[in-house]
Amino acid sequence: MIHALVTAQSVIAAPANDYGLALPEIIMLSAICAILIIDLFVSQNKRIITYLLTQATLIGLAIYTIHYILHISTATEYTFNDSFIRDFKGDVLKIAIYIICFLVFLYSKDYLRERRLFKGEYFVIGLFGVLGMMIMVSAASMLILYLGLEVMSLSLYAMVAFNRKSSVASEAAMKYFVLGAIASGMLLYGISIIYGVTGHIGIGEISSYLGELAKSKTTMPLSLVFGLVFILIGIAFKLGAVPFHMWVPDIYHGAPTSVTLYIGTITKIAAFAMVVRLLVDGLGPMHKEWTQILVVLSLLSLAVGNIVAIAQTNIKRMLAYSTISHIGFLLLGFIAANENGYSASMFYVITYAIIAAAAFGLIILFSRKGFESDNLNDFKGLNERHPWYAFMMLIVMFSLAGVPPTVGFFAKLHVLQALIKADIGLTWLAIVAVSFAIIGAFYYIRVIKLMYFDKPVTEDNTPITAGADMHIVLSVNCLLALGLGLFPGALIYLCSLVFTPAV
Amino acid sequence: MLEILLILLKIVLIVVPLIIAVAYLTFMERKIIGYMQVRIGPNRVGPKGLLQPFADTLKLLLKEVIIPTNANRYLFLIAPILSLAPAIAAWAVIPFGMMEATETSPAKPLALTNIDASLLYILALTSIGVYGVLIAGWASNSKYAFLGAMRSAAQIVSYEIAMGFALVGVLMAAQSINLAEIVNQQSGGIWQWYWLPLLPLFIIYLVSGVAETNRAPFDVAEGESEIVAGFHVEYSGVAFAVFFLAEYANIILISMLTALMFLGGWLSPFESIPVVQDWFTWVPGMAWLLAKTCFIMFCFLWFRATFPRYRYDQIMRLGWKVFIPITIIWILVVGVAIVMKLPPWFDAA
Amino acid sequence: MFTQILFYGYAAILLISAILVVSARNTIHSALFLVLAFFTCAVIWILLRAEFLAIVLVLVYVGAVMVLFLFVVMMLNVNLEPLREGFVRNLPVGILVALIVAAEMFLVLSTKGFKLAEQSELALVDATGYSNTKAIGAVLYTDYLYAFEIAAVVLVLAMVTAIVLTMKKSVNTKRQNPGHQVRVKRKDRIRLIKMDSEPVNRKTGDTKSDDAEKGDVK
Repeated sequence: MIHALVTAQSVIAAPANDYGLALPEIIMLSAICAILIIDLFVSQNKRIITYLLTQATLIGLAIYTIHYILHISTATEYTFNDSFIRDFKGDVLKIAIYIICFLVFLYSKDYLRERRLFKGEYFVIGLFGVLGMMIMVSAASMLILYLGLEVMSLSLYAMVAFNRKSSVASEAAMKYFVLGAIASGMLLYGISIIYGVTGHIGIGEISSYLGELAKSKTTMPLSLVFGLVFILIGIAFKLGAVPFHMWVPDIYHGAPTSVTLYIGTITKIAAFAMVVRLLVDGLGPMHKEWTQILVVLSLLSLAVGNIVAIAQTNIKRMLAYSTISHIGFLLLGFIAANENGYSASMFYVITYAIIAAAAFGLIILFSRKGFESDNLNDFKGLNERHPWYAFMMLIVMFSLAGVPPTVGFFAKLHVLQALIKADIGLTWLAIVAVSFAIIGAFYYIRVIKLMYFDKPVTEDNTPITAGADMHIVLSVNCLLALGLGLFPGALIYLCSLVFTPAV
Repeated sequence: MLEILLILLKIVLIVVPLIIAVAYLTFMERKIIGYMQVRIGPNRVGPKGLLQPFADTLKLLLKEVIIPTNANRYLFLIAPILSLAPAIAAWAVIPFGMMEATETSPAKPLALTNIDASLLYILALTSIGVYGVLIAGWASNSKYAFLGAMRSAAQIVSYEIAMGFALVGVLMAAQSINLAEIVNQQSGGIWQWYWLPLLPLFIIYLVSGVAETNRAPFDVAEGESEIVAGFHVEYSGVAFAVFFLAEYANIILISMLTALMFLGGWLSPFESIPVVQDWFTWVPGMAWLLAKTCFIMFCFLWFRATFPRYRYDQIMRLGWKVFIPITIIWILVVGVAIVMKLPPWFDAA
Repeated sequence: MFTQILFYGYAAILLISAILVVSARNTIHSALFLVLAFFTCAVIWILLRAEFLAIVLVLVYVGAVMVLFLFVVMMLNVNLEPLREGFVRNLPVGILVALIVAAEMFLVLSTKGFKLAEQSELALVDATGYSNTKAIGAVLYTDYLYAFEIAAVVLVLAMVTAIVLTMKKSVNTKRQNPGHQVRVKRKDRIRLIKMDSEPVNRKTGDTKSDDAEKGDVK
C-alpha cells in the first residue's frame, strides 16, 4: 500500500525535480572526489596543485553563483522532492562562504607548509566542510539540515586534530567532538519532537502547520515548546552562545591557527543560515517563544564574552571570547523577529566573517616556523617592525570593537536599530548591548596600545615570510573593513533585498 | 496447534540430516585428505570405518567439560551455544527445491519459511556467529584462546564485507533478495547460472567462505603451531563438540548458499540442451542441489589438503586490498550490464 | 494473543538488558547486554513487521559495530571503577533527567502527530505482495534521495578523516611486496661460484683456511 503510494507520488513529483538547481553541490562533491584522487598521484613537492584545484573550485562556484543570481534567477525553487531549496538569501550566503573560504585557504597555505601540514587531505576536508555548509544553507527539510551540520562538524573535528603531533590540538579536537556530539544529539532530539508533533519534516510544511496552529490557539502546546528548547540548545552550542560556549576558547586556542581561521569565519555564516532555516523559515510562527530564550542567550553572551576577554593573554583566546560577544549581537537581530532584524543580522555575520578572516590572517602572517605569535605580548611594538601591518591590525581591531567609520560600527548600528524599531519593549536590551560593547572596546584597544606605544619584548627583526599573494589579499581584506564601513550601502541593500518577501 | 507441530516436524527434518551430514563431513574430510596424502584414513570402526564419526561423538560426549580457573563460568558455557545457534537458525530460510503448483496453491519453495529478505536474514545471522568465538576466547581466561579469538574475529569481520559485497552482485543480478527467486532467475541452462556472469564474485564468495569459517588455508585462528588451537583451546567434551558442530554446519551452509546463488540451486545442469535434457528429467531438483553442495564441500577439503597456511597479514591484505576492491568494481560492472540489458544474462528483467 | 505474549516477553528482556548495560560492573558484560538489547529490539521490530530494519539492525549493529566495540573493550581492558565513583551522588540528577525525558516522550507521543493507532492499523493491512524492504527501497531512492546521498558523503568524509588521522608513514616500517616475492627467480638469490679445491695440509688433515671459515663449511 505504501509502495503504491510511493510510486504514485514519484510519478507526479518527477517532472518537478530539476536537479540542476543543486548544481553547486553536485559540482562541489565531484570536485572533492576528483581532488582526492588527483592528490594521490601528486608528489609532496607538487602539493600546490591540490591547493590550486581547491581554490579554482571555490572561485568557479562563486562566479557561477554570482552569474546565476544576476542573470538567471533569484526565485525560490525546490528540488529533490522538496528537500533542497534554492533561494536568493541562500545564494548570497553561499557566495560569502566561497569567497571567505578562498581567503582562508590562501592565508593558511604558508602556515601549513611551515608546519608540515600541507597535505592534500587538509584541503579536501576543508572542502567537505564547505559542502556541509552549502547543504545547510540550502536545506528545506530538518533532516537535510541535520545531515549538513554533521558533514560540517565532522570535517571541523578532523581539521582541529589535523596536527597529530600537537597534544593541545588533540585535546581541543576531543573536547570539540564530545561537546559537538552532545549538541547534535540535542538538536536531533528537538527535531524529532517537532517532527513527532507536527508530523512533518519539511521546513516549509512545519511552518505552515504551525501557522495554522497559531491562528487557532493563543499558546503553543507544551510539547512543541520542549522541542523548540532542545533545538535552541543545539543551536546555542553550535553558535557558541553562553551558557553553551565552553568549547569556543579551548578550540580556538588549541587548533592550528589556520583551522581557527576556518572555524572563526565561515562556520559562523553557516550557523547563521542554520538559525534562519530553523527558527525563521521553520519555527517562525513560534517566534514569541524563541525570542524569550534568545534574549537570555544574547545577554549572557554579551556579558561573558566581553568581560572574560579582558583577562586573556593569548590573542586567539581573546578573539574566541570576542566571537562569543559578537554572537550575542548577532542574536539581537533575531530577537527583533522581523525582516529588518534578519537582514541586519545577515549584514553583521558577513562583515564579521570578513573582519575575523583579516584578524586571524594577520596572526598567521606574523607567525612563522616554530613561532605562533599568538600571545598579546608578541604584538608589543609591532609598529616599529611592520608599520603597515600594525596599521592593518589597527583597522581590524577598531572594526571588531565597532569604532566608526569601520564596518563593525555599522553592523552593530543596524542590529540595534532593528531591535529598537521592532518596538517590542526591548530598548533596554539595546542599551545593555551598547554598554557591553564599550566594555569590550577596552581589550581591542589594548592590542593597539601594545602595538603603538610599547617597546618590543625581544629584539626580533625577522622579516615576514609570506608570498606576494598573501600580502596583497590580506591588505585588501583589512582595508575592506574600512571600505565597507565607508560605503556599506550596497551590502546593506543586498541583505535587505534578500529578506524582502517576494512579490 | 497443528500448525506449530508441523513447523516443529519441519525443523526436525532439517536439523537431523544436518547433524548427520556434519558427522559424515568430518569422516569424509579425514578420508579424502587421507587419500590425497596417499594414506587410507580411518578404517577400523565399522565397515570401511563408516562408524568412526559415531565413535568420535561418543567419546566427546563422555569426556568431562573442564572449566578453567578464573574463567567466566556462564560466558564460557554460553559461547559454544552462541556459536551453534546462528549456524542452525540460518537454515530456516534455505529453500531445498520448488514445489510444483497445484490446483489449490501456486508454486512455492520447499523451505521452513519463505521470507522476502531471506538473503539479508542469512547475512545477519552469519554475522552473529562471531560472538561465540569472541566470548569463548575471552571467557577462557587464557592467552592462547584470547589471541585466537581476536585473530578469528578480525578475520571474520573483514571477510564478511567482501562476502556481503559479493551477495550484493547476486541480488542485483537476480533483482531479488529472496533465495528461491534468485535460483529461479538462473533457470535456462548451465550458462545462465550466475557463476559465469559473476565469476569474480563467485570466486571471492567461495574463498571468503573458506576464510569466514576459519578453514585452511586461512586457519591462523587455530594455527596449531603458534597458538595451540585458538579460541577453543580450553574447551573439552560436549562444549568442544558443539563448536565443532557449529564449524561444520557453517561449512555446509556456505556450500549450499554457493550452490544456490551461483550454481543454479536445484536446477538441472542439462537444462535447455535439446536431447540430454530429457534424459535427466527424472532426477529430483533436491538431488542436483545436494550434488552441487557436495562438490563445494569437496573443494573445502581439497583446499585444506593443497594449500599451505597463509600468514596473518597476508590474509588481511587479501581481504581488504584485493577482494573488496574487486567486488566493488564488479558491482559496478553488473550495474552497467543491467542498465544496458546485456544479453544473455541481464536482458530478462 | 500469541504475538502479544511474544511482545511482552521480548519487551521485558529488552528493558532488563538495557538496565544491565548501565549497571553491569564488567565492561564486557555491559557490551554483551547491549548486544542482547539490540537483538531483542530487532525481534520486536519484526513483530511490528519492519523486517528490513530489524535485519539491518542485527547486521550492522550486532554483526559489525558491536563486534568492533567488544574488540576494543577486550583489548584495552578498561577499568570502569573510577568512572563509577560519583554514581550515587549523581543519581538524583540522573533520575530527574530521565523523568523529564520520559515526561516529554509522553507529551509528544500523546499528540495527534504520531497517530499511532491509525498507523498500526495501516501496517497490519496484509496487502498481498507488500514488501517492507521494497517499500523502503522505493522511498529511499526517490523521496529521500538527497538525504541518502548526503549520508554517503558523511561516510566518505568519515573514511577520509579516519585515514588522515591514523595513518603513519613511518620510515622505519619494513614492508614486503608479495608481487616481488612471487616473481623471485633462483638466480636472484643464489650465485654459484666455481672454486678450485684447496690444498690439504698433510700434517693436520685440515685445509689451509682459518677457524672461522671452517665453521662456515660445516
